[in-house]
Amino acid sequence: MISAPDVVAFTREEELEDDLYREPPLPEEYSVPLFPFAGQGANPWAKVAGSKFTRDFILISEFSEQVGPQPLLTIPDDAKVSGTFDLNYFSLRIMSVDYQASFVGHPPGSAYPKLNFVEDSKVVLGDSKEGAFAYVHHLTLYDLEARGFVRPFCMAYISADEHKIMQQFQELSTEFSKASECLKTGNRKAFANELEKKLKDLDYTRTVLHNETEQQKKANDKGYYTTQAIEKANELASVEKSIIEHQDLLRQIRSYPYRKLKDSEFHPYEPQCALDRADVGSDQDPAASEPGETHLYTHVPSYTPKLIKAKSAKCFDKKLKTLEELCDVYFFTQTLDQLHHIERTFRGDVCYLLTEQISRALLKQQSVTNFLFEDVSFLDEKPPEKQYRGCQGLGQEAIDEKCSEESLAPKVVISLGSYKSSVECVPIKMEQEMDDSEEPKMSESVMSEQQENLDYLDADIKGSISSGESIEVLGTEKSGSGLTKSESQASLPVIPSPQAGRSKVGSRRTVSEDSIEVLSTCPSESLIPEDFKASYPSAINEEPYVDDDEGGLRFTPRANPGVDDGQDDVSKQESLVQVDAACCIGKESPNFLEPLPELGQKPCEEDGVVRIPPQPYRPGEQGLRGGFPSHDGLSAGLLPYELDSRYLTGSREVSKSSLDECSDSTSYISSAASTCSDRTPSPARLGSAAGERHRKRAGQNALRFIRQYPFAHPAIYSLLSGRTLVVLGEDENMVKKLVTALSIFVPNCGVYAKPVKHWVTSTLHLVDFQKWKLIGLQRAVSPAGVNVLHALGRYSRYLSILDADSKTLRCPLYKGTVVARLADHRTQIKRGSTYYMHVQSILTQLCSKAFLFTFCHHLHLPISETEPEESVVNRRMNFLKLQLGLANEDIKIVQYLAELLKLHYIQEPGQGGNPLLRFDYVPSFLYKI
Amino acid sequence: SSIQTIGEEQIQNPYTELLVLKGHQDIVRFLVQIDDCRFASAGDDGIIFLWNVQTGEKLHELHGHTHKITAIAPFSSSDVTDEKSDLIITASADRTVIFWDCTSGRQIQKVSCFHSTVKCLTVLQRLNVWLSGGSDLCVWNRKLDLLCKTSHLTDAGVSALVELPKNCVAAAVGKELIIFRLSASNNGSEDWNILEVKRLVDHQDNISSLVSVNDLTFVTGSHIGELIVWDALDWTKQASECNFWDSSVHPDVQPEIKLSQSPHETSVQHLTSDEECVFAAVGKGIYVYNLQMKRVIACQRAAHDSSVLHIEKLPNRQLISCSEDGSVRIWELREKQQLPAEPVPTGFFSMWGFGRSNKQANQAAKKMQENTPVYFLELVGDLIGHSSAVQMFLYFGELGLATCSADHLIILWKDGERESSLRSLTLFKKLAKNGDLLLKL
Repeated sequence: MISAPDVVAFTREEELEDDLYREPPLPEEYSVPLFPFAGQGANPWAKVAGSKFTRDFILISEFSEQVGPQPLLTIPDDAKVSGTFDLNYFSLRIMSVDYQASFVGHPPGSAYPKLNFVEDSKVVLGDSKEGAFAYVHHLTLYDLEARGFVRPFCMAYISADEHKIMQQFQELSTEFSKASECLKTGNRKAFANELEKKLKDLDYTRTVLHNETEQQKKANDKGYYTTQAIEKANELASVEKSIIEHQDLLRQIRSYPYRKLKDSEFHPYEPQCALDRADVGSDQDPAASEPGETHLYTHVPSYTPKLIKAKSAKCFDKKLKTLEELCDVYFFTQTLDQLHHIERTFRGDVCYLLTEQISRALLKQQSVTNFLFEDVSFLDEKPPEKQYRGCQGLGQEAIDEKCSEESLAPKVVISLGSYKSSVECVPIKMEQEMDDSEEPKMSESVMSEQQENLDYLDADIKGSISSGESIEVLGTEKSGSGLTKSESQASLPVIPSPQAGRSKVGSRRTVSEDSIEVLSTCPSESLIPEDFKASYPSAINEEPYVDDDEGGLRFTPRANPGVDDGQDDVSKQESLVQVDAACCIGKESPNFLEPLPELGQKPCEEDGVVRIPPQPYRPGEQGLRGGFPSHDGLSAGLLPYELDSRYLTGSREVSKSSLDECSDSTSYISSAASTCSDRTPSPARLGSAAGERHRKRAGQNALRFIRQYPFAHPAIYSLLSGRTLVVLGEDENMVKKLVTALSIFVPNCGVYAKPVKHWVTSTLHLVDFQKWKLIGLQRAVSPAGVNVLHALGRYSRYLSILDADSKTLRCPLYKGTVVARLADHRTQIKRGSTYYMHVQSILTQLCSKAFLFTFCHHLHLPISETEPEESVVNRRMNFLKLQLGLANEDIKIVQYLAELLKLHYIQEPGQGGNPLLRFDYVPSFLYKI
Repeated sequence: SSIQTIGEEQIQNPYTELLVLKGHQDIVRFLVQIDDCRFASAGDDGIIFLWNVQTGEKLHELHGHTHKITAIAPFSSSDVTDEKSDLIITASADRTVIFWDCTSGRQIQKVSCFHSTVKCLTVLQRLNVWLSGGSDLCVWNRKLDLLCKTSHLTDAGVSALVELPKNCVAAAVGKELIIFRLSASNNGSEDWNILEVKRLVDHQDNISSLVSVNDLTFVTGSHIGELIVWDALDWTKQASECNFWDSSVHPDVQPEIKLSQSPHETSVQHLTSDEECVFAAVGKGIYVYNLQMKRVIACQRAAHDSSVLHIEKLPNRQLISCSEDGSVRIWELREKQQLPAEPVPTGFFSMWGFGRSNKQANQAAKKMQENTPVYFLELVGDLIGHSSAVQMFLYFGELGLATCSADHLIILWKDGERESSLRSLTLFKKLAKNGDLLLKL
């Protein structure tokens, strides 16, 4: 009970001011520990301080038979990126995975060497000492001169953020498979060429040897053979055998694409563009450089055979072919392009990537409303594999099939459940005793810690005990991709019942005894009502870490809270791994069910299209709200913009250091992958980098506009209600800037370009107002300029005019509330991209209101035949005012949006439809600063 | 007097949505209604477009004339022909007349035996013939056979034609009004004849407009602002007005206005009528002439900034006018309740009747006026969209209003509310068709 004096004490003003920082310290258990690494200037979300590279990169390594594992190249090819990171060491790590028994050579019982068409393998590796986590894609290329004809390579996507790798495993796998396929196709072609040359050589050699033998026979009239003759005969025999062997190899390599075609997963590499042949090196044979596997094995006439020495050079003397030589220049360049594409795609924070994927998928479903404020062009973007021009061709049907599947299941579907079943766990060194003894202590101490802190310690522990090597194979290409389609579907609850099905199977494994952690493959992804979550805050914070720290290999699948199902799934693996039962239960408890926004989530689930994305196991990062870990608890009832501003004010201090360099990056939160300079979001997902930059700039300009112009509200109202706003000014740059700023408020009229014209110098006509809703207009002093102004006066009823020179605005009055929320000049939002998102969220609310309004039958049409029109009108207005809570002019905004929705919906696909101009006869007012 | 203006707030103006129809490459001068939802437009580019007034869709583009179109008339099918077809006849400055089928958009037939440009076309549905007026007057049947023609009338040509009862037509030829009678000769039904019956020379200047009010009356207007009401049966002058423009009869109007009056500004540009009144577009003004009272009951001297080119009476006591200034205005003829004690209002709405005006007549009118209701034209809305002279408009009732202009555009003005609910209807129809109304569970 609080007694009166206490209350008084706290309300006395002078004391409050003085003692603001001298209040008695909070009890220990309530205090927030200081960020332990604040001194380093690092951001608090950087879990792994030790990462030695600045941003994610792709590394291609080879296990050379001469020198062992060696890095070949990195993408981006920039020394700064890898920094002090030891590429050689990491190559050793990633190449030391004996991922598959790929026997090449003479199999027992076979007369000829057999080419083994090995599948690629895909592995996730972690090295917490280096602070590096990698998706590793192993592949083998054929080389006639190599041992066993194979050269093992690998491509690795290296990131400091383990979650990123885990979350994006499926995407990474798909993308890298394409790159790999491209490389291998080129390699097969080159290999076949090489074989043909070799065969010619052998043929020639045989002829030469044959002739020599014949000559010797003739010269030798004696009854016996000389040693020389025997030697020659042996040589001839071996050459002949070699010919047969090579012919067989050629046959094998030629038959490869045909065999593979039956496999629907196979995408033969088929370059289309004849121009690309120019890329092919001049040293290449023209016929050989003919791209495409269909022409791969054509005869090469211009080759002059060489005599093959019986004894080939010593293994270490010969120079191995470079990757480029192995794969044919054309294909090599294509692969590099693809890898660059991958690098761009996955650039940035995982939160960002995930959010982007989720919002993309959700947006895609809003087919009725999404055109209004979103840039839908990127939604229509073909799936990357289609886009990638190389990967089309022979198996067209197969590709189509795959694409249709892919379009059904958008990017968010990260069906990690699929490789749960295909996981092979290869514990090379198990040091569980040590871990088990060590970790409980740690976890106890850690339990009471705060989220980020704990995170940090967690990583630290991992790093400190990193020593040996254990490798985990998450899935081979065959098992992984083969199962994705079928099994993942099956294992995912399509329509989860509230109590049972909301959480998804997750298998979470940790090989924590050393530096290579294999991370949770399928973290919790689920949803629960918000209140559940709030009531168990500590559990949320602690459980995963207990789990994590306790080490050992562990599979903790969660199909649903029904524990049995989950356990069944793992039962076969339990012999291999030690399962901490307590952890399992903990994970299945509803605490881990993550609330997701109802609006987007439900329909997705029901369609079976968007399943809940895999979420990082840190609760703070879970789900859609992964971006706001520190406000997880608070965020429940907050409106997005409140969250935004609070969040930003809170975190601004902390990340001051990085503020400048990434001042416009979208993802403000640095997580483990806090490769600060690399916050540029992946352009591939957004359509174009330019589009993203545009958003940031527009957001920034819009913020400035709102702060600068007190009459921003009526101006924005004009745009939202479809009244064309003309920005009039002498200075082109200033006008364009204003137009850019305001363009984010302009609803699209169709799926095409925004109705925004940045700069016009000629007289405006009525047609322009139909076409453009935001126009930058030149004010000129010439006679033509007078005409321009005259036209503005004439058409003033269709226009709002923002005079950028005299800072005036002439437009109708606005008394609503929506725009006030949209454009609060006292907003705490500092950054353009944040503000852009804030605007998007408010506009999305408007869109949903417009959607409701548009598609409510009784609001527009009479319920019965006899019902008079007035009652429908009354009902409509009541709905807008009471149900949608719109006031005054806000109604017009929603009505306008509804009108756009109607037009969009009823428009037949083929015809463009006449753009119509709607307007009101309302008086305008002149606003001045 | 300055032009009356209306603010941006126009509660009574129903047109809150517009569609711009593009296609013409020159001045669009003519709009003609084909049926309930179609109309044709033609102009100086020689192209005729057929439009759907509901959707604004361009239905057909008719090419055939090499010069500007001078006249256009619809020739909807009569019960004589078997199949129903909508035809339009167009005349052009290339001295041809073309028959078009509106359904297929094809040219049916072309006549090119004219000695001069055909300036007006009239269809006499009753007789199933059509008349072309140029330097002479020709009568044609549906199959484009020339039935008969008059002798050469004048180089200037027939400027207007109107059908009168008893198989007569009135043709405006310069200052003269000539009455012709059509007759099928006794020898055979196909043998037609056209005879000049009477020549009326009451107008002091060229007759600029000619309109039939009802079966008993027709009205002519001339360039110097004379308005004559004729009896359609015996072709006698029933009443006449001139000095529309003469503000001297109005004691409250400043005399200097009179000085600035030019003939152009007193020209009767267009006439239209309902049963009671004749509405005349004279210069910049609009005048309402009551046939019973035989006087102007209401006027708007400066209805537009520039010459009024076309006016039309709507069923709901409203009047629409369009002008060279590029605007379209909607007027309403209102009755003013006037207290006897109140002085005669002045200003914009000076209500003045005038007969063969002199002071006495005025006084008499004034006295009469005290007992009769006083009318005035109230501006209820204006449509601004064209950037040049609005040549003509077509009123489609609730479907909207089509205006054509010298800026090559046609604008469809529509009632936004109505269109919105129509779209909703379409939307729910489409939803039902697509099966989207079913809940997807």
